[in-house]
Amino acid sequence: MSISLAIFLVFIAASLGITYWASRHSRGAGAYFAAGRKITAWQNGFAVAGDFMSAASFLGVVGLIALQGFDGFLYAIGGFVAFVTILLLIAEPLRNSGKYTLGDVLAYRLRPRPVRAMAATSTLATILFYMIAQMVGAGALVRLLLAGSGISYNLAVSGVGALMVVYVVFGGMLATTWVQIVKAVLLSTCTLILAVLVLGHFHFHGGEFFAAATQVAYHEKGQPVVRDFLLPGLRYKPPYGPLDLVSLGFAFIFGSAGLPHILGKFYTVPDATTARKSVVWAMGLIGSFYVMTSVLGLGAASILGPDYILSHGGTNMSGPLLAQVLAGQIMLALVTAVAFATILAVVAGLAISASTSFAHDFWLNVIHHGKERKSGETVLAARVATFVVGAVSIAIAIALGPESNVGILATMGMAVAASANFPVLLLSIFWRRFNTMGAVAGLSVGLLGSLGLILAGPTFMGIDGPNSEGMARHLFQVRPWFPLENPGIVSVPLGFLAAFLGTIVTREPGAEAKFNELTVRAHTGLGAEKAEVR
Amino acid sequence: MNPADGEHQHPDWDEVAASTGFQHLLALKRSFIVPAFLFFFVYYFGFLLLTAYAPTLISLRAAGVLTLGYLLALSQFVVGWTIAWLYLKTATRFDDLSLDLLAKRETT
Repeated sequence: MSISLAIFLVFIAASLGITYWASRHSRGAGAYFAAGRKITAWQNGFAVAGDFMSAASFLGVVGLIALQGFDGFLYAIGGFVAFVTILLLIAEPLRNSGKYTLGDVLAYRLRPRPVRAMAATSTLATILFYMIAQMVGAGALVRLLLAGSGISYNLAVSGVGALMVVYVVFGGMLATTWVQIVKAVLLSTCTLILAVLVLGHFHFHGGEFFAAATQVAYHEKGQPVVRDFLLPGLRYKPPYGPLDLVSLGFAFIFGSAGLPHILGKFYTVPDATTARKSVVWAMGLIGSFYVMTSVLGLGAASILGPDYILSHGGTNMSGPLLAQVLAGQIMLALVTAVAFATILAVVAGLAISASTSFAHDFWLNVIHHGKERKSGETVLAARVATFVVGAVSIAIAIALGPESNVGILATMGMAVAASANFPVLLLSIFWRRFNTMGAVAGLSVGLLGSLGLILAGPTFMGIDGPNSEGMARHLFQVRPWFPLENPGIVSVPLGFLAAFLGTIVTREPGAEAKFNELTVRAHTGLGAEKAEVR
Repeated sequence: MNPADGEHQHPDWDEVAASTGFQHLLALKRSFIVPAFLFFFVYYFGFLLLTAYAPTLISLRAAGVLTLGYLLALSQFVVGWTIAWLYLKTATRFDDLSLDLLAKRETT
């Protein structure tokens, strides 16, 4: 395991070098929060990909495909589709009308204090779920792969948290961006190598590769079974499975388009044209990555088999195990190190997004009415907030422990983003009549509605037999009030409906009068924030 | 946030918004973006609905052992990339139009 540690230490050294360089090239708020808006199209495309492709995608999606075949592949597609939404509807208007956050776009023509306070709340909620999922993932990875190295779960979680705070506090958005670029290159390369190894195992013959996936033999409840992993139905079973799948589609196609840490990346480029090109770069990278995860997942199913995976560390270890079996310890070490780099780059993106929203939306614009008493105060507030975000996430991740379900946490973040953030963002850009009451209603109903439905669903509610204990046990021992695991099909329309109803019960002439200004600015870039000149 | 930042002092936003040039730009953008997004939305949810409610249909072997479902799944990426490529090409016209619009404002 020492090779793995060595590769990881090289990544840490390189990322700290980047942070040092970035800290010497960043002066002022624009540099700290938006990298001076000088990131180029390909750089931002890689950074967005590095921000988005989390350990959940690398370890989780490969594992889902390895155990549930075609149904698992639907998760990979889901990660990609939202970028069409971002490309066509969100990236360019967002870049032109805001400064650093989602709250900026809402506050442009609505009453700034209430909408920013709500936007900051829902931003922090979304990010917290994501962050904890990543941290628990990091800790669990250490436990499984570096067992015997002396690194415990708690130490791994604290280490990831501390590094993330260092990147963000000293290097701001510039360091975060470059750490994400390096990570995207590493992850894509590593996935490509593994995909080639898998295909090589089948003599680079597509027919042979897919034929093997049609006959995966393993045990189910002690009985030997042979299943076709190209067919649907291994995960989404009747009665509610099909509807759950469609519901999940809502979280996918709108969720990422409301993720604050992804949206923030479009402020780091000089103009809307660059933002557009960077989304296309990201789509190329993310799309090809997910196509390769299906090769890895099906390969793991047919080469290793579900029995082997489950007895050697579980679903999330499918990718690393595949590396070990196909290419030995060195490849396993590489994959493990890349998985860590992946987690670090994603948590850094989450941390800067949370602290930016706190400092810029809440501290500066809600508490201090948008006026800095002293220049540089907002950046200082963001740095302090980063420490708090780091400490809180470490504490929660340690309290929850390595057994907690990472998938549920990430799903909750995605549901909030799709049901609360996305509707109000879209309506504030495209609907003249939209107003403050509508935004506050949409954000709060979307946030509480999606979380409430998850809590009332089969994830948290269910009656367990006397033998289930610990994490397998449902939190509430009642029959689920809501039948679906994924609330999207109800909570996304609910978010839109609340935003609509909130709007029509009041009139806000000021917001309607400023719609022309926002529209011209969003579509031409007239008056938009410019790149810093140095 | 101060929209009057930069070299343009207090542009008359309503006037720009009402100008034929800007209306033309908006109409042009709408004519690409709305159908492109609706198409992708229908294409993606159509695929999910088939997967959920017509499993027998998408289990048909369409090419060798490959199922119709697997091909439709892969086609999501291809369709997404194609829309992105078409949008990149089309959007250069939007950029030209908005540059024209801004240049005209400067000369008047």
